[in-house]
Amino acid sequence: MSDSVSRIKKSDGIIIPEDVRDQLLLTTLSDDELNQKMLGPMQKTGPMFWTAVVVLAAIFAWGLYAWGYQIYWGFGVSGINRPVYWGMYITTFVFWVGISHAGTMISAVLRIFKADWRRPITRGAEAMTAFALMMAGLFPLIHVGRVWKVYWMIPYPNNRHLWPNFQSPLMWDMIAITTYLVGSSLYLYLALLPDLGMARDNSTGWRYKLYRILALGWRGTEPGWHKLETALGIFAIVIIPVFLSVHSIVSWDFAVTSQPGWHSTIYPLLFIIGAIFSGLSALGSILVVVRWGMKLDFFLRKEHLDNVGKLVMVAGLFWLYIWFASLIVNWYGNMPVIRELMHDEFSGEMAPFFYTMMIANVVPIILLMFRRVRRSPILLLILTLSVNVGMYVERFLLVSGSLLRNYLPFNWGQFRPTWVSLSIVAMTFAGFILFYMLFTRLIPYVPVWEVKQGRLRYGTRLVGRVQVPTITQVD
Amino acid sequence: MTTRLSDNPTTRLSDHRWGMAIDLDKCTGCQACVVSCHAENNVPIVGEEEAAYGRTAHWLRIERYWEGEYPNVKAKFMPVMCQQCTEAPCEAVCPVYATYHSDEGLNGQIYNRCIGTRFCGSACPYKQRMYNWFDPVFPEPLEQQLNPDVTVRSRGIMEKCTFCVQRIRRVKEDAKAEGREVTDGEIQPACAQSCPTNAIVFGDLNDPESRVSQMARSSRAFRLLENLGTEPGVVYLKGGETRV
Repeated sequence: MSDSVSRIKKSDGIIIPEDVRDQLLLTTLSDDELNQKMLGPMQKTGPMFWTAVVVLAAIFAWGLYAWGYQIYWGFGVSGINRPVYWGMYITTFVFWVGISHAGTMISAVLRIFKADWRRPITRGAEAMTAFALMMAGLFPLIHVGRVWKVYWMIPYPNNRHLWPNFQSPLMWDMIAITTYLVGSSLYLYLALLPDLGMARDNSTGWRYKLYRILALGWRGTEPGWHKLETALGIFAIVIIPVFLSVHSIVSWDFAVTSQPGWHSTIYPLLFIIGAIFSGLSALGSILVVVRWGMKLDFFLRKEHLDNVGKLVMVAGLFWLYIWFASLIVNWYGNMPVIRELMHDEFSGEMAPFFYTMMIANVVPIILLMFRRVRRSPILLLILTLSVNVGMYVERFLLVSGSLLRNYLPFNWGQFRPTWVSLSIVAMTFAGFILFYMLFTRLIPYVPVWEVKQGRLRYGTRLVGRVQVPTITQVD
Repeated sequence: MTTRLSDNPTTRLSDHRWGMAIDLDKCTGCQACVVSCHAENNVPIVGEEEAAYGRTAHWLRIERYWEGEYPNVKAKFMPVMCQQCTEAPCEAVCPVYATYHSDEGLNGQIYNRCIGTRFCGSACPYKQRMYNWFDPVFPEPLEQQLNPDVTVRSRGIMEKCTFCVQRIRRVKEDAKAEGREVTDGEIQPACAQSCPTNAIVFGDLNDPESRVSQMARSSRAFRLLENLGTEPGVVYLKGGETRV
């Protein structure tokens, strides 16, 4: 290891271009110094951190109270009605499942394509996937009328031979999301093992005890590394079909019905692209905040923000195209009820939402085309937050907005969310941020071993009298 | 249309395919059927405020459409209940089989099995599935007249028109005890029984001689949202307008 560092030291400033050096964190720091750079900020929690924890925990507790209130008094307190049977809860469910998609995108897809700049940001993305899925997983419970009977959806043997209905998209949903949650959590945990070992060897007290248990006896032996690389290689490939299936299955909740505005064959694609768009944006926001909060400028450099910004922009362009495609098939189909829905969106009562969605999604795509914008953390934060506002509204229009209209005009409806449903939605946002914040202080946020590995790959060799840059195949 | 019903394997399992014919020319929009349905099926009363917010629990409603401008206003009435579809969109989407297809062509709803995902309500193109937003309330003196043949449903579950399945069962059991077949017109759902103009006729669509089958063969017959392919068990007979 020290050999490679000295090789880079010799070549420093001569051969490896600056942006590559930034992306790969090629430095002259020793391994120990790198470890300390990660472990140090984890122990620092200022008053702002704890204020945020208290506020978020209070919002979370309030949301739990609202949920209890809803269970006790009945679903009527949540503000949905006939025909808007699915309101804020399903909208937010779709939103969280969407957010969860960036983690796999970043760490699995980029791992397979051997994009080295991914290394410092993979863990943040994977953790986002896990926590977003946990929040999404709450909604099937929140959303059902009799939550105490929800276990009937599990196919368990019973003496009355009752069985769930595998024709129902909700069953597909449950299976897909459970698979994705288990898969992505394992993937997160596997890649954590070397860093947990590192944290264990560098800490004392309760942290030592915690990491000793979590590291599962990781010693960094040759067979250990070999098995880890094999497992990660398999996971990275296996998780991609799951990742594609999850949000297309969520789209089938809507697309398989004959409800106007829900029934469209393009939705699986639109949902996947939209999920990647909003998920990458959420990752951009989180990276900026964590970088600022933990002072991780060393690991999370402008180069990484730049790359995430590019991904957001490309995903956004894809999303815009597919969204436009779904719009024109409706426009040319010209069914009376769809026409009514579109009229509502363009110039009717849903127009404020529609134009919010357009502006909040399209302006960031345009601005992120500029390198200077992508490299400015504050601008990136604002633009990526804007994308997620836009995507939330997009899901709201699709899920609840469509339900306002249907084939029989006698049944057209209205929708007013109540404090109960808004509190529960706020609960999941607060919960996500809270768990993520605690995660950053308990678990090494940057996969240090991956950074070190990336550093190993790049070096220079002396061929004759010429220093030649080399890339070594490590995995 | 009727041939398609009998082609379907689910309707051939049994001798009966219960159906309904509603003559819109006879419907005056008096809502007697709505009231009798509430009384027969213990349908909760939600109150003015909830009703205005789209939470009426009517298993049967009179859809009223106004046409034209004052003073030439016409009203159209259409009683709409669960259409008991042969290819029901609600059945496939329930994750726990709380709604299922009976071999007599009814869409059964098992209240005890329902967990309240409301997916069936979203999938139903007629929006004819009613959700219990709160525990049911029967203002005095209505709590005195609950029908003992029908359960009172708890909060958090779906319910809908059953074609008065309790009456169907009663007649079938009586006929079986007497060792005879059910005769046409013997089964009367509450709405058909209470209709002052006899606009609603109930019977067996598998029996070509029954009144409902004869009405279904009328040149005025149509089914609601027929283009969706749900093959409803309710047949409407086109009617004229009522001048107001």
